[in-house]
Amino acid sequence: MTEGIAAASGEALVPAEELAAKVATATFVNIGERTNVTGSAKFKKLILAGNFEAALDVARQQVESGAQIIDINMDEAMLDSEAAMVKFLNLIAAEPDISRVPVMIDSSKWSVIEAGLKCVQGKPIVNSISMKEGEAAFIAQAKKVRRYGAAVVVMAFDEKGQADTEERKVEICTKSYKILTEKVGFPPEDIIFDPNIFAVATGIEEHNNYAIDFINATRRIKQTLPHAHISGGVSNISFSFRGNEQVREAMHAVFLYHAIKAGMDMGIVNAGQLAIYEDIPAELKERAEDVILNRRSDATDRLLEIADKYKAGAGAARAVDLSWRGADVNKRLAHALVNGITDYIDADTEEARAAAEARGGRPLDVIEGPLMDGMNVVGDLFGAGKMFLPQVVKSARVMKKSVAYLIPYIEAEKIRNAALGIVDASKNNGKILMATVKGDVHDIGKNIVGVVLQCNNYEVIDLGVMVSCAKILETAREVKADIIGLSGLITPSLDEMAYVAREMEREGFAVPLMIGGATTSKIHTAVKIAPGYDKATVYVPDASRAVGVAGNLMSAQNRDAYTTEVKADYARMREAHARQQQGKKRQALAAARANRVKIDWSARLPEKPRALSAGGALTIFADYDLAELTRTIDWTPFFQTWELAGKYPEILTDALVGQTALNLYNDAQAMLQRLVSEKWVTARAVIGFWPASSIGDDIEVYADDKRSKVLATLHSLRQQMIRDGAKSFDRANMALADFIAPKDSGSADYIGAFAITTGIGLEKKVAEFERDHDDYNAIMVKALADRLAEAFAERMHQRVRKEFWGYAADEKLGNEELIAEKYRGIRPAPGYPASPDHTEKALLWKLLDAEKNAGMTLTESFAMWPAASVSGFYFAHPEAAYFGVGKIERDQVEDYARRKGMTVAEVERWLASSLNYETPAVKI
Amino acid sequence: MPADPSPHRVARVQALTAALKDHILVLDGAMGTMIQPHKLDEAGYRGIRFAAHAKVVKGNNDLLTLSQPTIILDIHRAYLEAGADIVETNTFSSTRIAQADYGMESLAYELNLEGAKLARKACDEYTNKTPGKPRFVAGAIGPTNRTASISPDVNDPAFRNVTFDELRAAFREQAEGLVAGGADLLLVETIIDTLNAKAALFAIDEFFEASGLRLPVMISGTITDQSGRLLSGQTPEAFWNSLRHVKPLSIGFNCALGAAQFRPYVAELSRVADALISAYPNAGLPNAFGEYDELPHTTAGHIGAWAKDGLVNIVGGCCGTTPDHIKAICESVAGVVPRKIPKQPVKMRLSGLEPFSLAS
Repeated sequence: MTEGIAAASGEALVPAEELAAKVATATFVNIGERTNVTGSAKFKKLILAGNFEAALDVARQQVESGAQIIDINMDEAMLDSEAAMVKFLNLIAAEPDISRVPVMIDSSKWSVIEAGLKCVQGKPIVNSISMKEGEAAFIAQAKKVRRYGAAVVVMAFDEKGQADTEERKVEICTKSYKILTEKVGFPPEDIIFDPNIFAVATGIEEHNNYAIDFINATRRIKQTLPHAHISGGVSNISFSFRGNEQVREAMHAVFLYHAIKAGMDMGIVNAGQLAIYEDIPAELKERAEDVILNRRSDATDRLLEIADKYKAGAGAARAVDLSWRGADVNKRLAHALVNGITDYIDADTEEARAAAEARGGRPLDVIEGPLMDGMNVVGDLFGAGKMFLPQVVKSARVMKKSVAYLIPYIEAEKIRNAALGIVDASKNNGKILMATVKGDVHDIGKNIVGVVLQCNNYEVIDLGVMVSCAKILETAREVKADIIGLSGLITPSLDEMAYVAREMEREGFAVPLMIGGATTSKIHTAVKIAPGYDKATVYVPDASRAVGVAGNLMSAQNRDAYTTEVKADYARMREAHARQQQGKKRQALAAARANRVKIDWSARLPEKPRALSAGGALTIFADYDLAELTRTIDWTPFFQTWELAGKYPEILTDALVGQTALNLYNDAQAMLQRLVSEKWVTARAVIGFWPASSIGDDIEVYADDKRSKVLATLHSLRQQMIRDGAKSFDRANMALADFIAPKDSGSADYIGAFAITTGIGLEKKVAEFERDHDDYNAIMVKALADRLAEAFAERMHQRVRKEFWGYAADEKLGNEELIAEKYRGIRPAPGYPASPDHTEKALLWKLLDAEKNAGMTLTESFAMWPAASVSGFYFAHPEAAYFGVGKIERDQVEDYARRKGMTVAEVERWLASSLNYETPAVKI
Repeated sequence: MPADPSPHRVARVQALTAALKDHILVLDGAMGTMIQPHKLDEAGYRGIRFAAHAKVVKGNNDLLTLSQPTIILDIHRAYLEAGADIVETNTFSSTRIAQADYGMESLAYELNLEGAKLARKACDEYTNKTPGKPRFVAGAIGPTNRTASISPDVNDPAFRNVTFDELRAAFREQAEGLVAGGADLLLVETIIDTLNAKAALFAIDEFFEASGLRLPVMISGTITDQSGRLLSGQTPEAFWNSLRHVKPLSIGFNCALGAAQFRPYVAELSRVADALISAYPNAGLPNAFGEYDELPHTTAGHIGAWAKDGLVNIVGGCCGTTPDHIKAICESVAGVVPRKIPKQPVKMRLSGLEPFSLAS
């Protein structure tokens, strides 16, 4: 990147030829993209690790290497994005060599943008706003941007979606421009349009014209909308050539050459990696230009033809390349493993086996030779962040299929050897026993960890779900497990894990214990589990860490040092936790109750649920249309399941994981089609509505409008945090009961409930895949069933609002808004933050008779079976909102125990993770 | 739109803009310098009303609006007598945030209301005396004693002891009091941190929108030393780019430096800003005893030269200046043609600590 481009006045003086082309008059501003968690894996890692100092260095390097503006983005699910944005901007303010340039505050969340705007003294750019949520929201945000004194990026996006054609781009930008300049009074020179750069050469014909659409739209916008600027994320254009940097750089240079000529004057680019238009080899330039300008129908194929010539590093272009079939069998096996190709695995395995036999070797040599070599490559790439989980699981599928092919030969050999009196010595890295604990049915994460460990040559014995402590310990002894791994998702499982740990101590176990699963955490492991078991107890945050942990625990050299280190770390965490606890005082229950949500019940009449007026309390859906549910799936958590971080659909074009995510998504869509058309699962549900009143923190549910016969009394928990912080002093201490009219209010209120599942029939399909050694599809189908269940719950809630309860009959919301929960009413589930007590599900089941009406059962820990299920209550009041109860004090636990007819100890056990005090350790 | 609490204000604002087209207007001088000779002790600051206040209040000059209103009124009169066109209210520190040091947060609104009323009374007296020379009240809004973009703790650069929203609320209250008391314009001055000023201007804009009454706003930053930057690090042009969106009546500098050191920064703003330019320096740099001793004709000499070179529209004095300085300044700019606002090319003008612009 050129130095000294910003003159004293800061005028943008970079002639475009230095960047891309020889266009003497044009200027092009390059915006640094590396301080963006969605674009830079390195930056994301630093921010997630809280290493802000090193993150500042990333910003500094960008400015030093010529970025004239730096784009800052903290949109990451695992982050408090607002807090991270504020902290980073505040830190930048103290670094004059960074803060000398303007910042671009980049977020898809308005709240993050606004938090950022409150931290910069300079004039920044907001990236971005759009008409995605309609004109009113657009105007409101634009007015605020103006009042904060910022310039703004406007995406070509409206309620119909992102603009892809030239016409739509121009139409939306023109409309936005008119609104901004005429209705908001926004200065046109402070408007930057992003007319969306999409990937070309994807193999899909409709995408071929995307670059031309952008360039033409840019030209028209510059001609017709005076003073406005054009920007865009350039690297999207070459996305389909991920891994081939030279081709990508050529595409960027060619694209910019034409886009800058058309008037593009800003761009988010990695300036250090931009080819010079003139320097691109003629052949590559011509073919890249054919693709960018969509000059011939075979442009993509022709660029692909020559792409490999210019390929510097690893990675792959689009075309199916079968040249690897020409290599020797060991290389072919390695290639198949790394690339997850099962097509030739049986033939190749047979060839390797036959070759081993001819050498006088054994079938096991194939596993310990080429297969393990290949898997080691996979393990290394995964460890280095160059492969992602879905690819690893596909590799494992190849491995398993190959092993399955060899097993009959290995068995035959064993029989021969036994006859000869030879004992076989296994040569794996160790034996790991895994189980989802008693009362819990969730196993996707555990299965993924199992696959990854197998890929790394561990023998995994998986006991499945709902495994009792006794069974775990008995099996561990029987198979001489080297490590025990426990998994669970719901909160009561945490307690069960602590119990298993104490039982291991009591029975004198010495093997290490690994802890994992969605609700587990390092702090919980340190505070609640590790103290119960004197040997190594280690929390494993995700599948990618499992191998490292197991490796350390199995290594004769490292084991002791590692264990000591972990123990010391956990001891420190316990101390810090204890100190913190003293700081987090709660208020007395009486005071919290006095600060309940205050609703004027006389102000409006609760709507009586239509379904109830129509006759029955319960409505049953025996076989819901699956196709309808596929349309409203929220895909973002699906990618999280596969440890791919990012928001859908942006994740599909993410610079780092985009290709993996896209492949995964395509596989998921293909499976989803079969799942629906072949009806692999049945979706069932039951919903119900009843008259209800609140009495204190309880809710009475009545049989009928006479409100005399009480069907059930539901119990809610109240927040006890002290409300005196600057941010939350005016907030109530909420409990769900606050959203139902009190009995003495004279207002006749109602409550609803639901239990839905998309898991019926799923086990059969999973078993089929597992029989075929296909973990990839076994995990996939479970993950899809989970998504369908959530989509079903969301859809049902919508229908409840519009039809069955009918209080929002004219609600009109798009899928994005539904996912963002922009509607009236809530559907909290027992066991989740607003009502953390799982045992309330027993009342839900009683009210709905969910076992009979939906085929759903509860385990002893109140997990739902099938696992792909959702249940909860419906609250309709406009003020009803989701919240987290947070930690509660002993006074509430005692009160709650009295209300529920439980002992305090029982309540403490069920609410272990919600207590703001230490319960006496159960010492055995 | 609710009725304007101050009758004839719209006409006065029109008179102000008309006067600015015609000649250079003169602001008043320092308040502190004029209070000092009264040698007020703690009891003097307290007056009768605050005799029992729990904290020491000596030095809280804004409090004198309530405890010694005649002193303040007479100071306003002295500057008007010297020829000032615009007097600043005695409200530099009348925010909830700045008054917290004295335990007088709850007085914030009243200090502004009464402060504006005193200045209004003095101005109306003089406008009646010389109707051909209308006098105007500028509601003075200081920076508070906290900064939103500088950490007070060197070991924790991300820390802030005040937030944008806290500032915004405090400035809103101040602006409401000033306008209710009869200010003709608001003057956000002595800006050492542009983010504080953005919060003030944000609050003022919200208030104007809510009340339906828009008054002119003057903005004045402070170049701390010869580095030529604000305390928060911005250059003059970057500072202008940050605040240009509020379309102020004027932009300029005051305080910290004497007129001799002021010129390059005023000249730079004059070159880049498409708004009127204001400048009111201190009476030189403080001497070894911390006192200002620059003579009136010296200060006025510099300012007169700026005026003749077409750099300024509004001038006056800051720390250490007296009615004599203002009288000399009035004479030095009398009859001089005010600066014309230059037409600037249309560009997107951004800033960090330094300016950045991109032509359209």
